[in-house]
Amino acid sequence: MAKPVKRTARPATRPLQLRYLAHARSGDKGNTANVGLIALEPAYYDLLVREVTPARVARHFKGMVSAVERFELPNLGALNFLLHDALDGGGTISLKTDAQGKVYSTALLRMAIPVPAALARRLGDR
Amino acid sequence: MRIAAGQGFWGEWLEAPVRQVRGGPIDYLMMDYLAEVTMSIMQKQKSRDPSAGYARDFVPLMERILPDVVARGIRITSNAGGVNPHGCAEAVLGVARRLGLPRKVKVGLVSGDDILGRLDELIARGHALADMETGRPLADVRGQVLSANAYLGMAPIVEALRGGADVVVTGRVTDTGLTLGPIFHEFGWSPEDWDKVAAGTVAGHIIECGAQASGGNLLKGWRGVKGLADPGFPIVEASPDGTFVVTKHDGTGGVVSVASVTEQLVYEMGDPRSYITPDGVADFTTIQLRQAGRDRVRVSGIRGGPRTPMLKVSVAYFWGYKAVGTLVYAWPEAYDKAKAADRVLRQRLADLGLTYDQILTEYVGANATHGRLSGPPSSDLPEVQLRVGVRARERAPVERFTREIAPLVLTGPPSVTGFAGGRPAVEEVVAYWPALIDRREIEPHVRVEILEA
Repeated sequence: MAKPVKRTARPATRPLQLRYLAHARSGDKGNTANVGLIALEPAYYDLLVREVTPARVARHFKGMVSAVERFELPNLGALNFLLHDALDGGGTISLKTDAQGKVYSTALLRMAIPVPAALARRLGDR
Repeated sequence: MRIAAGQGFWGEWLEAPVRQVRGGPIDYLMMDYLAEVTMSIMQKQKSRDPSAGYARDFVPLMERILPDVVARGIRITSNAGGVNPHGCAEAVLGVARRLGLPRKVKVGLVSGDDILGRLDELIARGHALADMETGRPLADVRGQVLSANAYLGMAPIVEALRGGADVVVTGRVTDTGLTLGPIFHEFGWSPEDWDKVAAGTVAGHIIECGAQASGGNLLKGWRGVKGLADPGFPIVEASPDGTFVVTKHDGTGGVVSVASVTEQLVYEMGDPRSYITPDGVADFTTIQLRQAGRDRVRVSGIRGGPRTPMLKVSVAYFWGYKAVGTLVYAWPEAYDKAKAADRVLRQRLADLGLTYDQILTEYVGANATHGRLSGPPSSDLPEVQLRVGVRARERAPVERFTREIAPLVLTGPPSVTGFAGGRPAVEEVVAYWPALIDRREIEPHVRVEILEA
């Protein structure tokens, strides 16, 4: 028999764009773009680890990339994402303006994650 | 010891290496010239002129800085040699002779990375040189191959420096090898001290893209980055204990901060636990950064593992043709007009029976860089640039495409401008084929020569 689900009081959350929590740089390896997502404050890193999951990033980039991998760098307060098949062939083959994936960085910063409402109020657009 | 980065790529700011040499004390200047398909461009130049095939810009640069370099006892490591390191070394020697320097200049020449002439033999002996992304054997495109080079590590650079070279000129040596070589030469470390290899690799990675580690392209607090008209390029101050400080010359613009170094560390990163170079494998999850004063970041704690038995090979092969055409549509309803023009263009290409491997349309000003994440474009956009690219194996359909852009000005949707540049150019597409090869096939062929002016 399934255990009864324990209901704990969870603080109210609000969506907040990653631009308020992280900075980022991106580049290319062949037809894969990488985005390094770096916490603006060390205190935000755990939040990024918990909420910026590969599945959520894959949904964010749906139709633009085929698969997403994530690596953790707690020492740098950073997550590294590999966005596969993101560059229309990459390198010199690609016809894209952003053939080298240079601005996938800020495209990821558009993504919103749920954060404690107080933090969203403090950091976000008011 | 201080190693200064002189440039981040071929085509970089020409003043950077000069300012690194004159702007303060440095022991080494490292200059990376080679991107993934650069070798194929150089191979093409060499096929027309046997004395060409290297980064020609390196020669006038040497004319500018060699007197200071000699006077200050600075040594240079560079992969400017491309597919003709011998020609490049001779050109540098020629400069040294013409300048009438107070002492003879020694040029270290590193070759043996170029395996274009050995490909058939290697393939015949069972080396598939399979594409690391697709797994296809190189035999599939053998007829189109334009260049093939193995990535060499630091070993030949250390040897050239030990031989007294003032300027080391190489072919395809990794950008990290250009930094590792001087550090290992100075400190006499064992090339199998893997933590030290990893530390030098990280140092090389941090400075290999020039000012991208010292305030250039820095997103965090970008408005606050001052002095980018004269950015200080990064300098590594290496210590015998394997730690190092990233800094820049006093009085230069830009910034060296934990943020600027971290952004560069994650640039072009794969699996951070295994950053593979010919010299070893660095674990980027062990890197510790600490601000140690203004424009000084201390880097420590780096761990690494042994080099792999394989070397990476970069092959460039002829793929086909491409062209990109643009037109600008003005308010009102600029985006809708551009979209309508794209439909007209595609219909005309289809009616002509032209087929392409790919037709890609972007709307610059609306969603070219972030695609659908940009949201629906406002009907009030002041203007939108229609940007259409095509690629094909054959030249003819691409050529015809370049003649279909201008007619849209008088035969398509209204409020269109921005065609002053003339017909778009047909470009040859040279594609990149990364592969692996047993290092025992390469290393016995690597040669280091010391030439004197």
